[in-house]
Amino acid sequence: MNKSKKQDLKKEDLPSFEDYRDLPHIPVSIGVKGSMGNTGEWRTFRPVINLSACNKCGFCYIYCPEGTIKFDKETGPMVDYIYCKGCGVCARECPKDAITMRRETEQVCENDEDD
Amino acid sequence: MTDEKQETLIITGNEASAWGARRSKAHVVTAFPITPQTTVMETISEFVDSGKMQCNFVKVESEHSVMAGMVGASMTGARCFTATSGQGLLYMAEMVHWVSGSRLPVVTTIASRGIAPPWNIWVDYSDILSMRDSGWIIQFASTHQEIFDSILMSYKLAEDPRVMLPVFIAYGGFSQSHTSKPVVIPSQKAVDDYLPPVPDDGWPHLVLNPEKPIVHGNLLMPQQEYMEFRYKMHETIHGAKPIIKEVIADFHEKFGRNYHGLIESYRCDDAKYILVTVGALGEQVKDAVDTLRSEGKKVGSIKIRYFRPFPKEDLVEILGSKNLEGIVVVDRSIAYGSPTGGHISSEFSNILSELPSSLTYLPAVWGLGGRDVTVGDQESVFNDLINLHEENEIKETSNSYINGTLWVNLKVR
Ligand code: SF4
Ligand code: SF4
Repeated sequence: MNKSKKQDLKKEDLPSFEDYRDLPHIPVSIGVKGSMGNTGEWRTFRPVINLSACNKCGFCYIYCPEGTIKFDKETGPMVDYIYCKGCGVCARECPKDAITMRRETEQVCENDEDD
Repeated sequence: MTDEKQETLIITGNEASAWGARRSKAHVVTAFPITPQTTVMETISEFVDSGKMQCNFVKVESEHSVMAGMVGASMTGARCFTATSGQGLLYMAEMVHWVSGSRLPVVTTIASRGIAPPWNIWVDYSDILSMRDSGWIIQFASTHQEIFDSILMSYKLAEDPRVMLPVFIAYGGFSQSHTSKPVVIPSQKAVDDYLPPVPDDGWPHLVLNPEKPIVHGNLLMPQQEYMEFRYKMHETIHGAKPIIKEVIADFHEKFGRNYHGLIESYRCDDAKYILVTVGALGEQVKDAVDTLRSEGKKVGSIKIRYFRPFPKEDLVEILGSKNLEGIVVVDRSIAYGSPTGGHISSEFSNILSELPSSLTYLPAVWGLGGRDVTVGDQESVFNDLINLHEENEIKETSNSYINGTLWVNLKVR
């Protein structure tokens, strides 16, 4: 799987509307990553994966409602913290209790955090 | 009954609704039973079962899912139909807004009934009028034929790229849903010639296509265009007035039945007193008008066909007549705590400001929860209006005049 970089949508790339009459009927966005913004900024708790406890079952990847976990059968799951909202679903569903939710202000040492 | 030729069937109002969905070739119907709408879905289910109607008939577990199903299906560009009543409509309220806010041309018929508690399943428009501000076009059908015809016209209206808004068609629970009348069902070909198929590539503003994924229903921050999108819906629903008239004129030319416009007036030309109402009682009141006319009283009536968009200009045109001395606006619904107690009579304040101040204005409420409103009752309302205008009070009446509103046949000792 490609390690995707944060897609920085620049303001000038986005359509801007001076007049309401130029708007379409409804707002839709095309399928770009992060169309809702950097939702990782909303997070209070961050999921921290202890890969040594992980059996690579992929449950966290399946259950994450935001699609922010990347999964590789060899190396296991990896959270994209730019978009992870910190909901804790992955930690709840992990059958090996390999994911803990840590307060953002807590200093954590994460051997698998590379973002 | 074949699809090849026109036939007149003796059917119930609900069957007329089901026939409307069949002749419109609705692709997706989502269904959940609720009295008095249930036989609409039962009839469609029989059509589908016998292979006479090709559609995805989806049984779901609640009305919320009925309307949620309409959202998903319509986004693919399918023609979508459903029906509900009373509590069912209230339960789907959230998704009702998702349909209009997504600008999806869904058509839904409402067999209107009283709202519980206490339970009541008979005609009362408080259910549909609670959706007053949902962004749907709201129409009342006063005859069985009009129920069927309105479905064809509503798809034409809703799918017009200038509109792209859903339509509710309301009619009376039991009084219309379960009574039988002759209804002319045109051949499938005649309907196809009037109502073209939906565009192959989906609606102009939105289509679900796995090849080109989109995100819909995004969050708009306060300084983004949320307010502009809301204003656009308001502007569109008002702008639909001439398009509604086009659709009606087109239908008249094709099928020979004339639905006049957003309102229909009866013997109003030289009328001194006019009664305004909605639904089947707006048809029945023509008999009361004829009787009173034969007694020399110059009366007329107006039936409001479209409540959203509100036909202000059409009403002002007729009610601005210099002959007019009094207006009574009668609701078959209750708007608790509103200025008058009725939905339509409350909205009339906006029209009264454009009419001479010498006019006598009488708001009234009748027939809640299916209570009978006879032609005699309707005559009594006219007489109360004339009384109020001439004597400045209402005397010797079976109705109750309380805080400026006339409550027809309200039981008081
Ligand atoms: S905390 Fe929630 S959003 Fe973040 S990775 Fe886990 S499931 Fe996904
Ligand atoms: S759910 Fe737990 S065990 Fe399964 S892959 Fe994710 S972290 Fe590993």
